[in-house]
Amino acid sequence: MTTVYVPGDSGALSMGADPVANAITAEASRRNLDLSIVRTGSRGMYWLEPLVEVEADGARVAYGPVTPTDVPGLFDAGFLTGGSHALGHGPTEQIPYFAKQERLTFRRIGVIDPVSLDAYRRLGGFAGLENALQQSGAEIVSEVTASGLRGRGGAAFPTGIKWKTALDAPSGVKYVVCNADEGDSGTFSDRMVMEGDPFMLIEGMIIAGLAIDAHEGYIYLRSEYPHAHETLKKAIRSAYDAGYLGEDVMGSGRRFHLDIRLGAGAYICGEETALLESLEGKRGMIRPRPPLPAVSGLWGRPTILNNVITLASVPLVFEKGAAFYQDYGMGRSRGTLPFQLSGNIKHGGLVEKAFGLTLRELLYDFGGGSATGRPIRAVQVGGPLGAYIPESLFDTPLDYESFSGIRAMLGHGGAVAFDDTVDMAAMARFAMAFCSDESCGKCTPCRIGSTRGVEVIDRIRTGTDRESNLHLLGDLTDLMLAGSLCGLGGLIPYPVVSAMKHFPEDFGATDVKELNLPF
Amino acid sequence: MTAVVETLRDKRGALLPILHALQQELGYIPEEAVPVVADALNLTRAEVHGVVTFYHDFRTRKTGRRVVKVCQAESCQAMGSEAVTAAAKAHLGIDFEETTPDNAFTLRKAFCLGNCARSASIMIDAEVHGRVTSENVGAIIDAARVEL
Repeated sequence: MTTVYVPGDSGALSMGADPVANAITAEASRRNLDLSIVRTGSRGMYWLEPLVEVEADGARVAYGPVTPTDVPGLFDAGFLTGGSHALGHGPTEQIPYFAKQERLTFRRIGVIDPVSLDAYRRLGGFAGLENALQQSGAEIVSEVTASGLRGRGGAAFPTGIKWKTALDAPSGVKYVVCNADEGDSGTFSDRMVMEGDPFMLIEGMIIAGLAIDAHEGYIYLRSEYPHAHETLKKAIRSAYDAGYLGEDVMGSGRRFHLDIRLGAGAYICGEETALLESLEGKRGMIRPRPPLPAVSGLWGRPTILNNVITLASVPLVFEKGAAFYQDYGMGRSRGTLPFQLSGNIKHGGLVEKAFGLTLRELLYDFGGGSATGRPIRAVQVGGPLGAYIPESLFDTPLDYESFSGIRAMLGHGGAVAFDDTVDMAAMARFAMAFCSDESCGKCTPCRIGSTRGVEVIDRIRTGTDRESNLHLLGDLTDLMLAGSLCGLGGLIPYPVVSAMKHFPEDFGATDVKELNLPF
Repeated sequence: MTAVVETLRDKRGALLPILHALQQELGYIPEEAVPVVADALNLTRAEVHGVVTFYHDFRTRKTGRRVVKVCQAESCQAMGSEAVTAAAKAHLGIDFEETTPDNAFTLRKAFCLGNCARSASIMIDAEVHGRVTSENVGAIIDAARVEL
């Protein structure tokens, strides 16, 4: 029987993957052909979605973007055996966009049925857990430390150190929490993992549990991801049934339970302490640190709290060893990062690469330039709290240190492109307005500062007392930068200041020297 | 209402799961629910009210049969979400947080639907639509209309 692969990823669904799958089934039965459809995650080449694949001569061959009306023609062209067609791209993994990547964390995504345990195991799944079960907590932690893995949520904190802090914290009860509140605009790698390879995340969380002897884990998932929720629920159920979760993990006598909790549309709950408050059933108000969550986290207990990609990177480290993972990357940024290309870009999608390629390579070699065909003027890297990067800095290598060197941040690896029609003063205003919408209200610089920020930028844009308002905006961003309790108020100056610094003309200033910028 | 609360009250950190379940059941969180939930979880009414009003998702008013969310975040802005928003508002004849007179649609804003590679995006209930423009948004919404 022939197998046809059609993504069930919500990005593919947003482009009509379901009607395409239905059309393929209908056409096959009309032609009395016996075929089965496997729904996969997405390969991450979203401009080709819905991307339909078949296996021919031992390789998967791609067709896309397919619409239901293309389906009879594909059958006529013999696509089931790799026949040539205008929508054909040849072997999927030889498409340059894909071939140039280094897929470690995403190696199974788009390939397998996300909720098939057999498929997961066939491609290395649970081998890492098996190895970790032979090790002590301290050994697990030192393996993670040796891999050089740093938090992929945005802060890039060394994962091994975080785990060691939780391991050393004296307490009988500890927790593992996964931050799946992927709220940054321009990011979707967490979603792709949860929809495309959920067992990898579950396996990573079990290993984290073994490391610190925690018996309970929670996935805090944003409510905007209903498909990820469904897939995770199915995967958790099968992991329980197969004995990977529960009272006796793989017959080891160790126990680990996992539950999903839904957020409720608050960006601030992606901040780790606000997330913990929300998990405990409260308003997502941030907690002052210290104490760190690793010492006093969920219900006051030591907690490993990591982003989806961080936890999903762990199984590979235990399957192939820390040295294998550590071998990728540059400087102190080890391993790979799933970059996400979006906004005004021709070939938007997911690019998993070792740290060190430049932003320009990402935008042009992968992204193919802007979708509108106009020059790319600015790119916001690292979500709504990330800096706007001008063309003159596109050659900066994408690694944590190089980006802090230009007062920017990689964050969760999202890059949002804007063409030359963008008004950067409007984007700076949006940053302040977003901060005022999403501020938890605990600290004054963020709560009041963001509201005042909107007002000041409005006055600048209308030319009301521009010079002194520009000066005031500089002071305000400096205060928010230094005086906010968490990363929301403390980082929102990045998009604002970078917009002013690199695009002063949009603020009615002729020279950046006229501006009173904090950095 | 009491049944929903009873099933979930013993979970740790039960408040958000209970509010989600109530909203799923009733379409919104009615004011009368607040004392019931507070009583079950040994919280004050102020604490429950505080949580209900903190989160954008929880609604205290009935909505239309389908909820249309238009993404306002940066990636969608780069692909014309402002025009999409204006077209959606004009098509439905309502503003954000309003419901059409025939009760078919409620319009809300969203900040990122995770479909940024196919911006601009809108979400109708649980389904995301990609590459939405000011030209096609009306047709996409019309196709999702459920009649009584």
